[in-house]
Amino acid sequence: MGTALAVRDGRARVLADALAAYRRRRRSRAALGAILFAAAVLLAADLGGFDPVRLVAGLPRVREFFSLLVPPIRSGQVIEDLSEWYWGLGKWLRLLADTLLMALLATGLGTLGGALLSFPAAANLTPGPVAYWISRRVLEFARAVPDLVFAIIFVFAFGLGPLAGVLAIALHTLGAQGKLFAEANENIDMKPLEGVRAAGGSPRDEIVFAALPQVLPNWISFTFWRFEVNVRSATIIGFVGAGGIGLELYEALRLSYYDDAGAILLIVACTVFAIDWASEALRGRIMHGAGA
Amino acid sequence: MKDGGEGQRARLEALLAAGRPNPWPARAWAALLVGLMLYAAIAFELIGAKFVDGLPRLAGAAAMMLPPRGWEHLPEWLWALGETVAMALLGTLLGALAALPLGFACARNTLPLRMLQFGFRRFADALRSLDHLIWAIVFVRAVGLGPLAGIMAIALVDAGTLAKLYSEAIENTDRKPLDGARSAGASGAETIRWGLLPQVLPNMLASALYMWESNTRSATILGIVGAGGIGYQLSDRLRVYDWGEASTIILLILVAVYAIDLTSARLRRALIVGA
Repeated sequence: MGTALAVRDGRARVLADALAAYRRRRRSRAALGAILFAAAVLLAADLGGFDPVRLVAGLPRVREFFSLLVPPIRSGQVIEDLSEWYWGLGKWLRLLADTLLMALLATGLGTLGGALLSFPAAANLTPGPVAYWISRRVLEFARAVPDLVFAIIFVFAFGLGPLAGVLAIALHTLGAQGKLFAEANENIDMKPLEGVRAAGGSPRDEIVFAALPQVLPNWISFTFWRFEVNVRSATIIGFVGAGGIGLELYEALRLSYYDDAGAILLIVACTVFAIDWASEALRGRIMHGAGA
Repeated sequence: MKDGGEGQRARLEALLAAGRPNPWPARAWAALLVGLMLYAAIAFELIGAKFVDGLPRLAGAAAMMLPPRGWEHLPEWLWALGETVAMALLGTLLGALAALPLGFACARNTLPLRMLQFGFRRFADALRSLDHLIWAIVFVRAVGLGPLAGIMAIALVDAGTLAKLYSEAIENTDRKPLDGARSAGASGAETIRWGLLPQVLPNMLASALYMWESNTRSATILGIVGAGGIGYQLSDRLRVYDWGEASTIILLILVAVYAIDLTSARLRRALIVGA
């Protein structure tokens, strides 16, 4: 009896020691991580010229900037002052419509391309290692280069205007969507595909009838989210002349037409608000419908 | 026998059809979307001469990008690239720190005063409704040219985005650990520390790391408006059509983005699976 207790005590001590050693190891690893992180932050602060004094000195100017954006609106003649502020409303709304169409078309084209490339780029569905390697590199390239850089190049090739912007955003979207879609493809259950093959289906049938139904809800969700991102991109892609409301905004900011800049910024912010809200509501409804 | 089978089949199909939602609204929406895209493609001359005429010029520019040139500028470019990575890291860190209290203020279960919570949520939406580049212009005016403006632009947008993600994570937590902490006599702050934080912290870290990756990509272009980093060099070379040097810089950006993606993925696995 006594020996059994002693054995149990011994075992408990071994376990306790192991636990203490594990905790020490964890603590020292956490400390090392914290030190590395602090060093990285300090290095970044030095490299990035992070100067709190300059920042604090600049903050009043941020406030001043925002107060310049809104012209004085007198209580007696709100309508007159507002209509003077929004003198370019017709033109701006047209540019805004362009911007939204750019985002829509680019999301459509990019998602289509990304969807096609996501099959060779998924390890479980790819026809071979060469197709896998090529499609992965194409997606990485398209994703890592910012759309604004593509836009500058496309403005050179296709001239000023929305075409360059659409192509630039579409190419970046292709990369981003392709990667997300490929990850969704890799997480599917392979048994339905085997079922279709056993029933005599072609590789195309396997994709259409067994893979797509599994990934489609995810794909739709990613696409709504990407459309929201692309609306934001389309509002600024005009900075380099690639169409949409961005050029008008950039010119107003550059030439210090603060009233115009403020009016446009307000329109843009409201539109982004509305699109985000509508997209979220729609996504929720579609996802709920798909689940039911 | 055969008739019975047919009748059963018809009944089954009727049942199936009754269970399915009406397909016509979805088809109408799809037709509208495709119609709009088609209209845009024609209006923007994607289907048209402008696109076809531009292709040879695009091929010409692509041909001039090879081989990448200008390696003698490498130290200067690496410095600028370091600035870019630093902007993304600091901007994300500041944004994530600011998003922590803002996220709690935006969540329905941690700020029960509905009016106030709604106001904070709209504030977060306003922060993220403008692109990094617009905030960068604002901050270039306020603090001058250089990476500090870029850091602030990234921090502001991130504060808005992360506050939204954090508040959603907080709202999706399980109530039971909070009730448990409270019934054991914990104060309000202790309830959040021991009941709520363990549930949301992995999620928050993952979001912040994801934003870090995304911000590294955004930071590569902030230089276009003078907010520091490699973007200034790149837009400068592209504006004078120096395709060879531009392609070297794009190559450097690809390598940096790839390295950050790998680091972030490893960190995410270590911090979240290991936790």
